[in-house]
Amino acid sequence: MKKFIKIYLEKPELAGLVFLIILTIVFQVQSDGIFLNSRNLQGILGILPEMGLVAIGVTLLMISGEFDLSVGSVFALTPMVMAVLLADGTPFVFAFGAGLLAAMAVGFVNGMLTVRFNIPSFITTLGMLFVARSITVVISGGFPPALPPGAMPKWLFTSFVGPGGMFRMSFLWFVLVAVLMTFLMSRTNFGNWVRATGGFLPAAKSMGIPTARVKVASFMICSVLAGFAGTIQVMRLGAPLPSIGEGMELQAVAAAVIGGTALTGGIGTILGGIIGAVLIRVIDNGLVLVQFDANWFKMALGGLTILAVIVNAWLRRKAKSIKVETDK
Amino acid sequence: MTEPIIQVKNLHKWYSGVHALKGVSLDILPNETLGLVGDNGAGKSTLIALLSGTEQPSEGEIIMEGRPVRFKGPRDAMNEGIETIYQYNSMVPTMSIARNMFIGREPLKFSFMGIGVMDGKKMATESVKAIADVDLHLRSPNALVGELSGGQRQGVAIARSMYFKSKVMILDEPTNHLGVKETEKVIGFVRSLKGLGITSVFISHNMHQVFACCDRIVAMDRGELVLDKRIEETSIEEVHKVL
Ligand SMILES: Nc1ncnc2c1ncn2[C@@H]1O[C@H](COP(=O)(O)OP(=O)(O)OP(=O)(O)O)[C@@H](O)[C@H]1O
Ligand SMILES: [Mg+2]
Repeated sequence: MKKFIKIYLEKPELAGLVFLIILTIVFQVQSDGIFLNSRNLQGILGILPEMGLVAIGVTLLMISGEFDLSVGSVFALTPMVMAVLLADGTPFVFAFGAGLLAAMAVGFVNGMLTVRFNIPSFITTLGMLFVARSITVVISGGFPPALPPGAMPKWLFTSFVGPGGMFRMSFLWFVLVAVLMTFLMSRTNFGNWVRATGGFLPAAKSMGIPTARVKVASFMICSVLAGFAGTIQVMRLGAPLPSIGEGMELQAVAAAVIGGTALTGGIGTILGGIIGAVLIRVIDNGLVLVQFDANWFKMALGGLTILAVIVNAWLRRKAKSIKVETDK
Repeated sequence: MTEPIIQVKNLHKWYSGVHALKGVSLDILPNETLGLVGDNGAGKSTLIALLSGTEQPSEGEIIMEGRPVRFKGPRDAMNEGIETIYQYNSMVPTMSIARNMFIGREPLKFSFMGIGVMDGKKMATESVKAIADVDLHLRSPNALVGELSGGQRQGVAIARSMYFKSKVMILDEPTNHLGVKETEKVIGFVRSLKGLGITSVFISHNMHQVFACCDRIVAMDRGELVLDKRIEETSIEEVHKVL
């Protein structure tokens, strides 16, 4: 037990993983084995990347000590920018790039406002939640623009691939991003700075880390990933609705927290955020499978989030009380 | 006369209305251990902030080894060989010892525009060595700093400064919140710096600690220097009187 708790300090996603395994077993048993069959897995994996990409970005940002409540709106804005340009006859590459640039710009503004005026990002991004959503609706002209057929290379993003069409292409993109971001956070100096900035800002500053730039960069990464995720959803659905992504910001925070990310910054892993996102998809899907009223989804998600925070806080306290061994 | 390693000339610092430093001039000689004392709000930390680059002087100049220097940020000061250790600890508790050792100065295998892949192996082995050099023995460089005791943390901070070959080590109340034993250990660290040829500035509210490890004592009061004497020429009573 001591050992487990000690490991927990380095791997805060452990509790989330345990939750995931337990729930998987419960759903598998309750659904008479349907839960883990290939058709159902295909369904889960098909939409996981959308939530997952958002969760990765939000997790990274939370490790740097900041929040982003505008990801749900960016999730809608990015594909809307792309769609409006596509409807106008712009080639896909440019339209897609413009969408991501818009996302990046939102992240930049979020970061600059937060850092320059020293306001809690909770507030700046709450404002941006409304601003970005509003822009989305305005540029859509009130109804989704009609996309020319074949304007989007669905084969590159949403078509089914792999054995038995197990995954969508988006899943491969998701895995690629997940690996890159994990690498960024754990192996690069930038990752070290993000963690230091969120872990203890005065120390990071006094060691000469450009903490303001680190935060702005984190906001931008978070925004771009949310925008990319939204773009994938629009390609899957085929139409750019201005209302997509509503409520996603809080689900993403829930995912990060369930995965062991601390609200105070400095603690957490990308893998944890992904585990959290998978858990959310699993609950959503599992409740339907076991023929539970789907309206319980939010109840389950809320309960799990609170439980995760309690368990994580408890484990952290316990782990801290076990002193490190020294030779002398 | 030996040339001072750092010369501070007529430094002023205003914090929006507060005149925290009122024309401080001070020569710090190579290899001396300077004790800086003064009441709360005397301006000690402000002077340190200017020397360590976290704040910029409103007026006056800093001369390092005969050259005027302008620190735009902490990194500039570090590059000149000035390392600072703070009371609140200049470590990130949620990160490992090895990572803390190299925060902001990570050895990179390769990099592009300043961002690159860290050499984790080097970080681990070098930090074990550096820590052993200050006679602190920790089992694993992967333990989180948050798990260390206050004294151990200051030990790691000092090891870090020595590893990066600091010429001047500034310690701003490093013994705050430490127990008796831990305080003694830190005082021991400070004493050992002299033998290593490192100049140091030690700040404390505790006169006994200052007299236990310093060669010279400088007292500040409301932004000004009010006393500057060799330790053997003064006494705790005299220092208390001027404060
Ligand atoms: N960042 C700041 N902004 C505004 N005022 C400041 C700032 N830092 C210090 N001051 C003010 O400058 C004066 C000197 O403070 P300083 O921290 O240098 O004192 P000190 O000698 O280190 O005191 P202590 O022993 O309590 O640490 C105080 O009046 C303080 O309120
Ligand atoms: Mg002070």
